Amino acid sequence: MKNRALAIPHIVWALVFIVIPICFVLYFAFTDDSGAFTLMWVGQIGKYWGVFARSLKLALIATVICLLVGYPMAYIISRCNWLTQRTLTMLIMLPMWMNFLLRTYAWMTLLERNGIINNFLESIGLISEPLKMINTEGAVVIGMVYNFLPFMILPLYNIMVKIDNSLIEAAQDLGCSFPSVLRRVLFPLSVPGIINGITMVFVPAASTFVISQKLGGAKNMLIGDLIDTYFMGGEPNFHVGSMLSLVLMLIILICMAFMNQDDEEVML
Amino acid sequence: MKKIVSLILSVFVIVSLFCSVGCGKKYDATLIVYNWGGPYMAEGSNDSIDINKMFEERYNVKIKYRTYDSNEAMYAKLKNGGAEYDIIIPSDYMVARLIEEGLVEKLDFSNIPLFESNIMDNFKNPTYDPTNEYSVPYSWGAVGIIYNKEVVKEEVKSWDILWDEKYKDNVLMFNNSRDAFMVAQTMLGYSQNTTNKDEIKAAADKLSEQKSVVQGYYMDEIYDKMINEDAAIATYYAGDALVMMEENENLAFAYPEEGTNRFVDAVCIPKGSKNKKYAEMYINFLLEAEIALANSEVTGYCTPNSAAFELLDEDTKSNKIMYPDDEYLKKCESYIHLPSEINTYVQELWINIKTEG
Repeated sequence: MKNRALAIPHIVWALVFIVIPICFVLYFAFTDDSGAFTLMWVGQIGKYWGVFARSLKLALIATVICLLVGYPMAYIISRCNWLTQRTLTMLIMLPMWMNFLLRTYAWMTLLERNGIINNFLESIGLISEPLKMINTEGAVVIGMVYNFLPFMILPLYNIMVKIDNSLIEAAQDLGCSFPSVLRRVLFPLSVPGIINGITMVFVPAASTFVISQKLGGAKNMLIGDLIDTYFMGGEPNFHVGSMLSLVLMLIILICMAFMNQDDEEVML
Repeated sequence: MKKIVSLILSVFVIVSLFCSVGCGKKYDATLIVYNWGGPYMAEGSNDSIDINKMFEERYNVKIKYRTYDSNEAMYAKLKNGGAEYDIIIPSDYMVARLIEEGLVEKLDFSNIPLFESNIMDNFKNPTYDPTNEYSVPYSWGAVGIIYNKEVVKEEVKSWDILWDEKYKDNVLMFNNSRDAFMVAQTMLGYSQNTTNKDEIKAAADKLSEQKSVVQGYYMDEIYDKMINEDAAIATYYAGDALVMMEENENLAFAYPEEGTNRFVDAVCIPKGSKNKKYAEMYINFLLEAEIALANSEVTGYCTPNSAAFELLDEDTKSNKIMYPDDEYLKKCESYIHLPSEINTYVQELWINIKTEG
C-alpha cells in the first residue's frame, strides 16, 4: 500500500502530460470542425507517405551511425577505472547542458559554405571550392547524430559497466578471439542497452523538425515539419496534425514491438 | 490593555501600508498598451526617451506596457477576451481581420487631430482599412532583394533573378507561405491578395520550379547568412538590409520593378476598452513629430508621419532603400486578411512544394 502511494506523483504526471494529451490527439484526429466523428483525415495522410519514408530513412541512418559510434565508445568507457569513467560520462553529457537549439545553430556555423569547416579545409589547401554541406540530407543526419549520440552511449554504458570483466577474460582464456567475444559474450549481454539506445535515438530523430529546418534548409519537409506546419502554420489544422502525429506514434510503436520481440528471443 | 494597544497599532500599520500604495499618486485612468516585443517603441530602453513616462506626466494617465511576439498570439488574447487592452499595434492583414471580426473600436478622429495633418497621404485609406475608420499607421517597411555584388555582377531589376540557374544553391527564400507566394504572384503580375485559385496555383508552380535553385528556406537566419556570404541573393526587409550593408560592404539591396509587399503596422483600440477617450489621446500623442521620430529611430522602421519625416537627417530622407519614391510605392501592396478557404489552399500548395521530390 505504501509503495503505491509513492507512485502517485508519477501517475499524476503521466496522466496530465501523457495520457490527456494523447486523448486530445485522438479526439482531434477523428473529429471534424463541428466535433462530429469522421474518418476523413485518414485519407489526407496517404499523400504524405513519401515524407514518412524520408523521415524514417534519415532517422534510421542516424540511429545506425549512433550505434556504430556509440557502442565501442560505451565499451571503452565501461572498461576504464572509476574516475575516468565518471569524467568521460560527464564529458558526454556536457553538451546537453546547452540548449538544443543553440547546439543546432552551432552546427550551422560549422557547416555553412563560408563556415568553419570549409574555411579550415581551404586554408590548409585540401579543397579549392567550398564543399556543399549545409542544406543537405547529410547535414540533417549529422545534426541528429550529434544531438542524440549521448542517448545512445549512456544506456549502453549503463549495461556494459555491469558486465563483469571476468566473463570476457574467461571467454578469452577458453580460446575465444576478440570478434567472437564481442559476438558471443558482449553483444548478447548488452542487448537491453542496445534496444534502449535505439529507442532513445530513433524516436526523437524520426520526429525532429528543428534540425531539418536549420540544417536542411527546410527544403524537404520531414514528418515533424509537417506536423509543425499543421499546428503552427498560417492556417492551423489540428485535425490533420493530430492524425499525422497518431500515425507517427503507431509506426514507432510497431517498430518498437518488433525490436522487443527480438530482445526476448535473444534473452531466451 | 496590551492587546488593545497592539490591535490599534496593527490597524494603523495596515492602513498606512494601503495608503503608501494607493495614495502615492492619483492617476485619472490607466491605459494598457499591448505592443510588439523587442524594441518597438521608445520606452526608455537603449538610451531612448521614455515616451510612456512623458505621457503619464503630461496627461496624468498611468501606462501599463505589455508585449507579444506575433500577430497571432495577440489575436488569440483578444479573441478569447481574457485580457483588457486599450492600445494594440497589429500588422496590416491582422488589422483587416480584427475589423472583419468586430474586435476593434471605430476611432473618434476628432480626438486624433494630428492624423489629418501628420500622416502621409499614401498611408491614408489603406487596403486593410479602406475607409480608415479603425486604424492609424505606426510604422512601415518593404521587402526587396539583398544580394552580394561580388557574385551578382548584373543589375538586379526583377524578382526573376531568384529563379536564375546561374545562382543555383546561392538563393535564400522566405520560409513562410505568404511571403514566398507574394514574390511569385508579384512577379507574375497578380495581386498579393488574390483569391483566384488559378493564379495561386500558377504562383505555386513557379515556386516549385524555383526549388532546385534555392539553397534553403529561412526567416531571420537570412540576416547572418548574407553577412557571412553563405549565399549570394535573398529576399529580405529593407530596414534590416541597411544594417547588413554596413556590416558587409559587398552587400547591396534592390527593389524589383514589378513591385513588392509594403507592410504597415497600425495602432488600433480593441473592443471593450474602458478608456477609449484616453486611448485616442494616446494615439494622437504618438503622432506628434518628436514622439514618432523617436519611435522610428528605436524600431529602425520607416515612419508614415510626414512631420517626423521632416525631422530626419538628410541622408535618411534621401535614402531610396529606406524611403522609396511615391511612384514605386504605388506598385506595392499590403497584405489583407484572406478567407480561410484560400489560406488553407495556399498552405496545402506550400506543403506540396516542400514535400515533393
